Amino acid sequence: MLQIKNLHVEVEDKKILNGIDLHIKAGEMHAIMGLNGSGKSTLSNTVTGRENYTVTEGDILYNNESILDWAPEDRALAGIFMSFQYPTVIPGVNTTYFLRAAVNAKRKHNNRKEYDAANFLKFIKSKLEEVEMDTAYLKRSVNEGFSGGEKKRNEILQLLCLEPELAIMDETDSGLDIDAIKIIANGINNYRNNNRGFLVITHYQRLLKYIKPDIVHVLINGQIVKSGRKELALELEEKGYGWLEK
Amino acid sequence: MNNNKTDIIDQRVKEDYKYGFVTDIESETLPPGISEETIQFISEKKKEPSWLLDWRIKAYRKWLKMKEPKWQHVSYDNIDYQSISYYSSPKKKNIKSLDELDPELLKTYNKLGIPLDEQKMLNGIAVDAVFDSVSVATTFREELRNHGVIFCSFSEAAINHPEIVKKYLGTVVPYTDNYFACLNSAVFTDGSFVYIPKGVKCPMELSTYFRINEAKTGQFERTLIIAEDDSYVSYLEGCTAPMRDENQLHAAVVELVAHTNATIKYSTVQNWYPGNPETGAGGIYNFVTKRGSCLGNHSRISWTQVETGSAVTWKYPSCILKGDNSVGEFYSVALTNNRQQADTGTKMIHIGKNTKSTIISKGISAGKGQQTYRGQVKIMKSAENSRNFSQCDSILIGDQCGAHTFPFIDVRNHSATMEHEASTSKIGEDQLFYCNQRGINTEDAVSMIVNGFCKEVFNELPMEFAMEATKLMEVSLEGSVG
Repeated sequence: MLQIKNLHVEVEDKKILNGIDLHIKAGEMHAIMGLNGSGKSTLSNTVTGRENYTVTEGDILYNNESILDWAPEDRALAGIFMSFQYPTVIPGVNTTYFLRAAVNAKRKHNNRKEYDAANFLKFIKSKLEEVEMDTAYLKRSVNEGFSGGEKKRNEILQLLCLEPELAIMDETDSGLDIDAIKIIANGINNYRNNNRGFLVITHYQRLLKYIKPDIVHVLINGQIVKSGRKELALELEEKGYGWLEK
Repeated sequence: MNNNKTDIIDQRVKEDYKYGFVTDIESETLPPGISEETIQFISEKKKEPSWLLDWRIKAYRKWLKMKEPKWQHVSYDNIDYQSISYYSSPKKKNIKSLDELDPELLKTYNKLGIPLDEQKMLNGIAVDAVFDSVSVATTFREELRNHGVIFCSFSEAAINHPEIVKKYLGTVVPYTDNYFACLNSAVFTDGSFVYIPKGVKCPMELSTYFRINEAKTGQFERTLIIAEDDSYVSYLEGCTAPMRDENQLHAAVVELVAHTNATIKYSTVQNWYPGNPETGAGGIYNFVTKRGSCLGNHSRISWTQVETGSAVTWKYPSCILKGDNSVGEFYSVALTNNRQQADTGTKMIHIGKNTKSTIISKGISAGKGQQTYRGQVKIMKSAENSRNFSQCDSILIGDQCGAHTFPFIDVRNHSATMEHEASTSKIGEDQLFYCNQRGINTEDAVSMIVNGFCKEVFNELPMEFAMEATKLMEVSLEGSVG
């Protein structure tokens, strides 16, 4: 599904990623762990096509097609979703309106009929229950005045609404208490199936208690220095990252 | 790795204002130039009472001694007042059907959702029997008459209700007020007149649209609205449809008078031709003096404006809060793109006790647009326990535009409470990316973000107008940012 080949990325002339290789197949969940500044977020921003993340070498293939020249919205419509580490506030834009615009953009892309207001409300209500959010959220502006936990739940809500093939979870657990982590892990676990791939980016292994990745990679200085089964996460928790640094 | 966004923005910014059109009117037009004879001619044409002519002449003589103001933060070529024709009476249009109009204009009408018959009326095309605008207007007029409401052109009012016009004309904006108001007082050609009697809640939104076929207003428009005790009126001016005009200078005057416990809501949507996108040439200069007097206790005047057109906009709808417990409000959205310049804001003059004013100003600059918020809040010695809240937000799209804020606060009574908030932000790369990542393209994302930014102001507009304004922003942004 996602194939990253020898990826080198610069941000503002600074080399951040130095040759990443990663292959996520349908149904797999990969976790990337690493300290701050190791390049985790650069990886997710590059895959989703954010401005100013310059690929200097290598390629990103999505369903066997290079997506380096694709606009971010085209990558999104093709099924790549990112749960943001810091979801953006959009003042004055009603959450329902935003979600409907996003869902309808996707439906239009897939040649399906766009939702009208009434049908969308029915659709969204069922999704809200899955992440234990009430309908009051819908009336608020996008992420405005949301607590950390609410913002992240809102990200999971969008994941459930947009039904992507590939979900990148960028530090979804940071700043959350244990109850919120459980709700979010539950959302992610329910969403997992054989057709969908996950890339979970995290600093700590505590989220990995609730969602079980198939493969764990350790990212240090823009390179994957070790990959292994989920036990690797526990090992990192115990020993820290020092023993892996060159 | 992707320059998509900047490309779209660049490309959009370069796009022309495709929605202008030139009216083709057979008209009776005075040769260019201004003199006492010109003014006599206008007054005669209008069959005005002699006191009004005297007033015009006094204004003209004053104007000759005045100097054009230069303090505003805009620049434009010198205006040659002798090259302007001050009277032009439209007779009829040669356009017989919408097919003869610029298809681009029709496209814009449709994007804005302007009904077919209204499109025809805007272009002076007779409307067929299925929807007879005249009869609709007549029905409305009859209903208004049953309530004692007077709603007519200024010229009619000068003839039919001279006592009211004489009593109020120039009481809020005296002809000596400023250069352009003075010029307007001398040569105004027409405008609207509204009178709401005591205790009457005007049964409908009053809009210039109702009388669009009856009286064409010229470049020097004059509006006078009087709300007697315990009355209410909501007045809508302008329309979202793009307007082009062969007269470059527009200098209107609007005067509002609210008596005890009366409320006047005045909403404007302005979409005049902004001029050549590269040079700004040919765009309208919109120099307007709007002021309301909250004369009675517990009176309220509320200005709401959406300014998207004109090459140069220069206006400060203001409130004089004379009555105790009176309330003044100003809600504004102004958009400048390409070479457009706007210097706009408000003045709130607190005189009565417990007077309250609210200012919400939202500025959007794109292209090489320059925008200034200029506001004055003045608390006089007599204004015990007055309050003002001001909020001025600007949003910048691209890196060649500018936003400036000049708030001026003068407090002479220490019991006053003043709050001022201001912000300037660039349309966030993070906001755009967030939308893009959800599959929403940049063009839709920009219009969504900007409409969100304007929401507080749009909420103040009457329902249908608010929906039109949202669409107008979309269309304006489509031709301006991406």
